[in-house]
Order: sequence, then C-alpha cells, then structure tokens
Amino acid sequence: MMKPDLSVEFLGIKFRNPILLASGTVGYGYEISNFTDLNTIGGIVTKSLSLKPRKGNAPQRIVETPAGMLNAIGLANVGVEVFMKEKIPFLEKYDTNLICNIAAGSVEEYAECTRILTSSSFIKAFEINVSCPNVKDGGLIFGNDINYVAKITETVKKVSSKPVIVKLSPNVSDIASFALAVKNAGGDAVSAINTLVGTSFNIWSRKPHIKNVTGGLSGPAIKPVALAKVLEISRKTDIPIIGIGGIMNWHDVAEFMIAGASLIQLGTVNFIDPGASAGIITGLEEYCVKQKIEKITQLTASYVI
Amino acid sequence: MHILNCSIDSVIKLEKNIILLKIKSPEIASEIKPGQFLNIKVSDSYSPLLRRPFSVCDREGDFIYIMFNIMGEGTKILSSKRRGSKIDILGPLGHGFNLEGDYDTAVLVMGGLGAAPFPYVVREIIGEKEIISITGGRNEHDVITYGLSNIFVATDDGSMGFKGNVVELLKKNYNSIKNKKIKIFACGPSAMLRALQEFALENNIDGEAATECAMACGFGICQGCPIESATGQDSYLLVCKDGPVFNFRDVVI
Repeated sequence: MMKPDLSVEFLGIKFRNPILLASGTVGYGYEISNFTDLNTIGGIVTKSLSLKPRKGNAPQRIVETPAGMLNAIGLANVGVEVFMKEKIPFLEKYDTNLICNIAAGSVEEYAECTRILTSSSFIKAFEINVSCPNVKDGGLIFGNDINYVAKITETVKKVSSKPVIVKLSPNVSDIASFALAVKNAGGDAVSAINTLVGTSFNIWSRKPHIKNVTGGLSGPAIKPVALAKVLEISRKTDIPIIGIGGIMNWHDVAEFMIAGASLIQLGTVNFIDPGASAGIITGLEEYCVKQKIEKITQLTASYVI
Repeated sequence: MHILNCSIDSVIKLEKNIILLKIKSPEIASEIKPGQFLNIKVSDSYSPLLRRPFSVCDREGDFIYIMFNIMGEGTKILSSKRRGSKIDILGPLGHGFNLEGDYDTAVLVMGGLGAAPFPYVVREIIGEKEIISITGGRNEHDVITYGLSNIFVATDDGSMGFKGNVVELLKKNYNSIKNKKIKIFACGPSAMLRALQEFALENNIDGEAATECAMACGFGICQGCPIESATGQDSYLLVCKDGPVFNFRDVVI
C-alpha cells in the first residue's frame, strides 16, 4: 500500500498533517524548534496575545495532579505589537501554518488585536480564546456567556477576512449550543476543549497550591472529557472541529479524529516530550496502513455508534 | 540541550537518607556547568506525568550526578532505580553560576538539600580560589557536607556546629573575612536566600543564588516559573530559562 496521505484541507488552508501545537504550550515557537522541526507539522498556535503585554500571575502557577497538571499563568504574553515585530520574523522561516490565538478583556480589544494582526500575510487564521479560566477580566466570563461568544465571533469576522476559530470552554453545560452560536455568528471552526477549572490544596498549610487558587486542568486526565465534548459538537452541529485535551500519542490523535476532529492540537505533552510530534506522525501513518485508510481525512467523525 | 535516554551507573545512599545518583551521559557531562539543571522523566507512565528538575550535583568524566532526598512519588521512583536502569533526561538547562570573575574567596552558603549543586562548584574552583562552605539545617540530620571543602556548620537547634542559621553564622564571622575579595554562591530555602541577599547587598558583596520554583517544561515554554525582576520594570523573569542562578542584584527572591 502507498504511504497514506496525512494532509488535511481545513478552512481553505492546506495542512501537511493534522498535528498542531497548542496555544500556551509552545510560546512563539522558538524554544520548541530545538526539538520539533516546525516544517514537519501542520501548524502552530501562538500563546494568547493581548493588545498590551501582560505580566501574568504571581507564582505558584503550576502544580501536578493525577495524570495532569493545573496551570494559572494568567496570559503572560508580549502583546501584539512586539509579537509582530520580534516573533513573526522567526516563524516566517518555516513552511508551516501560523494561527494566532487572541485573548482580550473586551469585545473592542478582540477587534483591535485582530485588526493589527490581520495585516501579516503569514498569519493564516485566528483562534479566539474566550475561555481562559485564569484571568479576571474576560476569558472564562466570556466563554460562559453564549451571547458574548457570538458577539466576539461576529466582531472579529468583520475585522478580518481570515478564518476564525473559537476555542471553547468545557466549563459549560451544553457545549454544542456554543459551537452552534459560533457558526451562526459567522465563525469558521471551533477548538475543543480549553482546560477545565480545578484546584488542589497543601493539606499541611491548608492553602491552595496555585496562587490564583484555581487553575486550568490539562493532560491525559481530561482526555475522556475532551473526547465527549468533541463528539457532542460533532453529532449536533456541522462546524469543523480542532480536537484538544490530553493528547499524548498517535492513538489519542486517532481517537479525537474518530470522535469528530479534523485537526488536533498537542498541548501538555510538549512540556514532557517537546519532540512528540515525530513519533505521532509515524504512528498515524502505520495506523492508516493497518486500517487501510488512504487519506486521514476519512477518519474524521468516522465513529460507529 | 538534549533529550537523552541515559543509563544509571549507580545509586549511592549517602548518610541521612540522601541519595546520589550517578548517571552516564557523555553528551550532557561534556556541556553542563555548575548550577545548571536537568529535567528528568522518572518513568514512562502518566504518574508522575511531568519531568522533575534536579540541579547537577557533580560531573566526573562521562558521568553526571544528582543529589536528592525522597520527598514524593518522583524521587521515590528514582531512588528505586538499579544499575543499568534507563531514565529520560532533558538538559543541560538554564544558566549556572558565574565562577569566573574578580574574587579570591568563594563563600558557599547552603541550607539543607541546597547543598546539591556545590560539589561541582568545589571541583571547578578548588586550587584556584579559596573556599569557605557554610552548610546547615534545622538539626544535625539536615546537614549535608558531601563534596564540600573547608566546612562550617550551623543548625537551628544547635545539635551540630553553630546554633542558628547559616546566614547568622556568616554575619558572625564576616569581620574575619571582609578584607578578602569574596563572592557568595548560595542555594537553599527562599527565606534563607532572601536574608542572604539583603546582607550581601547591604555590604556590597557580589553574590549569586540558585533559585527554585514549581515548573513543567524547564526550557521556557510553559511560563510556569516566574521570578520578580529587580530591574525596576514591572516584569517577571523565568527561573528555568533566565536562571535558575541569578545575581542578587537582578531578582526579588
């Protein structure tokens, strides 16, 4: 059998394979490029960018939990202007798809960030973060309000002609209705899921490990939740889905695609194995051969229920 | 910076439940500097999930050493390794001590397991610089002297050496060394490092501290380990990438 075709056409963009590196787990691409050849993956999603630089939360920002970790970084980032000036030139050297993640405290700030970033032809799409659980102004507050999600989507779409992906919060009762709201507001796709809100305590001091008290739970612990959310969106809507949540290996990638994802994002695994994508790509190829799959796109939403 | 599957050469049990792990890695051994660290995946499973950071304790030929005591799941697994076991190491990481420079006496100040990076420091400067090692802990069981030179001990309860902490011991004896060109190298609990930083800055003594912070990746992508910059700009540095060793002037510990 011929080598299977791992490429995916998604929102009019050609992805070499369905592997993206997730926002907040790869900075702006520089450090991870020591371990992952950015020319071999589908694309990279930047750390959430805000209009002005953000310092982020005070430490402790991270704690490990069973098969996962909590983080409350607080959207520390360089801001859109420094990103455009200092970070894009490095990424432009690579033949990969750059998706910019945007986080903001108001609808107007989302629009302003998009307006600045859309002038770069190297940026292929936007991922709108309406669901960061770790900042007080905006973030999760928007992600929990379906009208805000629709309003932000509509506003960003008006400012840019590039595809708009909305990263959904799992901390809602009916995620499919949010996906539908994104679609009805003109959004092109959704990423599912962002982290789940969690906390953990030091039983001796009785204080939370995380200074912010709560953080976002990620890692293999959340994979079954993420899969169920992807499946729910897939069964109830026809909006394209990027699957994310605890993916560690090619097996997990196949599972997310079967559940309905067209592309996937590697997140927490980058902290442990920053070169994970190479093994995942080989594993996917072997899996496709065994399953007699010629094009990996055949896998998307191929669940048998 | 490598990710390597390395062989354990030996697990050496020092006194007082301190474990010294000798690991074969010519690549890392040839590059690593005192004060730099390694981020180690102790097993293939998801428990524990994240790597564990360890400062390099020593280097000898193709071998590197790490020192730890059994605190949690990760160190428990590491301590049960045998000769020939493999561990996955990411390193060398971060910036180590600046051992060059205009000083003739290195004052090494450490609390408890803060002694871990100093055997390698001693190995690098012994014979070239005068060394004063001030090590301490809550009681005699906390005191680590492995690989040190010219040792002075302080314990909170007075069960060994000076009764008090290592910073108090340094202050008490400062008059006898203040005519030398000294530089402080420190590692230990934050409260100890803060007190030492204050003393060093007040007395215009050059010094560096190896800091620690909970982290995930160890090379700057998770942004999990901020430390307040002392430059006056309201900003954080990262312990993993900008440190873990900082000059006393550069950070708010």
